[in-house]
Amino acid sequence: MSLRIVVNPITCEAHGLCHELFPERIALDEWGYPIVDGEPIPAGLEEHARRAAAACPTLALLLVDDASG
Amino acid sequence: MTDTAAAAAGARPDGQRLPRLFPEAGDASLGAHQARHGALPVPGEALIAQVEAAGLRGRGGAGFPTAVKLAAVAGRRGRSVVVANGTEGEPASTKDKTLLALAPHLVLDGATLAAEAVGARRVILCVERSRLDTTAAIVAAVDERRAAGLERVEIEIQGAPDRYVAGEESALVHWLNGGEAKPTFVPPRPFEKGVGGRPTLVDNVETLAHLGLIGRYGPAWYRQLGTAEDPGSTLLTVSGGVPRGGVYEVAAGSTLAAVLDGAGGAAPDLEAVLIGGYFGTWVPAGALASLTIGADSLRRAGSSLGCGVIFALPTNACGLQESALVARWLAGENAGQCGPCVFGLDSLASALEAMVQGGWAAGAANDRVQSLMRQIAGRGACKHPDGAVRFVQSTLRVFATEIARHAQYGPCGAEQGFLPTPRPGGWR
Repeated sequence: MSLRIVVNPITCEAHGLCHELFPERIALDEWGYPIVDGEPIPAGLEEHARRAAAACPTLALLLVDDASG
Repeated sequence: MTDTAAAAAGARPDGQRLPRLFPEAGDASLGAHQARHGALPVPGEALIAQVEAAGLRGRGGAGFPTAVKLAAVAGRRGRSVVVANGTEGEPASTKDKTLLALAPHLVLDGATLAAEAVGARRVILCVERSRLDTTAAIVAAVDERRAAGLERVEIEIQGAPDRYVAGEESALVHWLNGGEAKPTFVPPRPFEKGVGGRPTLVDNVETLAHLGLIGRYGPAWYRQLGTAEDPGSTLLTVSGGVPRGGVYEVAAGSTLAAVLDGAGGAAPDLEAVLIGGYFGTWVPAGALASLTIGADSLRRAGSSLGCGVIFALPTNACGLQESALVARWLAGENAGQCGPCVFGLDSLASALEAMVQGGWAAGAANDRVQSLMRQIAGRGACKHPDGAVRFVQSTLRVFATEIARHAQYGPCGAEQGFLPTPRPGGWR
């Protein structure tokens, strides 16, 4: 299993909670929208990724599992 | 049946001769179309293999292999839908409108064959709402076919909103489903869940016209023009600093120089050419000699054919100024959905405008543009922001001299507005 973070840029409203909760892999641009690199999340950081996704007020942060296609 | 087959075989045109898509005598009627091309065969799903062997790629801008798209839709369960995309929101492009006016039956042939290949009974042909002449031509053609009893699938015509991104396939599908003509987050892509939730094939009308020829004459005939990598012919809209601007059908692999010569030739002091439209790139005149109308050749020059726009910068125009106007227009054409595009393209246009104004603000503008481009690329639901970044990148590369001159002396005062920036329409 390998998780990737994907942002739905249409629903994202730049609340910025994801960056607060997972700064290791989520940066913000100058307008406050998240920048993600799309690389697999190491197992040790998955919990942080899940928390960031769950905290998004507009459900714009998605965790995609590549293994399950 | 053998009579029809013989007629079709007898009508087979010379594969090396142009035009292929346009009627030679300019007669768009069904009678003239049938006299030239004969009856339309029924290849069914076998068409997909023919299209693959012909190496046809989409002509709407992305250049995706058409057979892959056909197979993806054909492989889905349930009745599918075909959308023939003739929206052509690219301001400098008129090839699709011209094709629909001059060869509507070839487009309808292609749409019919595509529908039969993917198991669709319904074709929705979309044209820009404001183009009443194009709509009239295609309505007349559909009526002719209906009257002649040749309508094998249901063909419906829709006038889509006049917006740049409205022709993006997810935007078009969203609009056909009753929403605004704005791109949606994918997946699901239209081939998975499109019009009415059905698997949907969205193909550009020029792509469908080529498909209409491939279905008739086969891949070997199709490959008699063009190169192994870029087979067949292609439509180009040539404009700007050439005496005879217009839509040209050329063999793929033709040199850029030959294309410009065909339009009467560009001025000897031509500075640059915009290739591929507003999501395309400026190419300096010095690089044109080695360039051909082909994906590989253009990719090596950091460019791509896109929707086939070739705009020669007029010698009395300023490339920086024209680009700043286009960047502002592209900013206004964002769909208001994705933050990086909404804020980024506006800031990008402002930075280019600062470069045009010159003076103390221009020095910072270059760094500003670099920082913005890094923040914008790849961050929209569609490729609109990426296209704007590509366009601006090439502007900085090709017009470095102008940028330095503006920084030192301020606005050059050149005449402006050579590249069209039409007023936007609504979203529904």
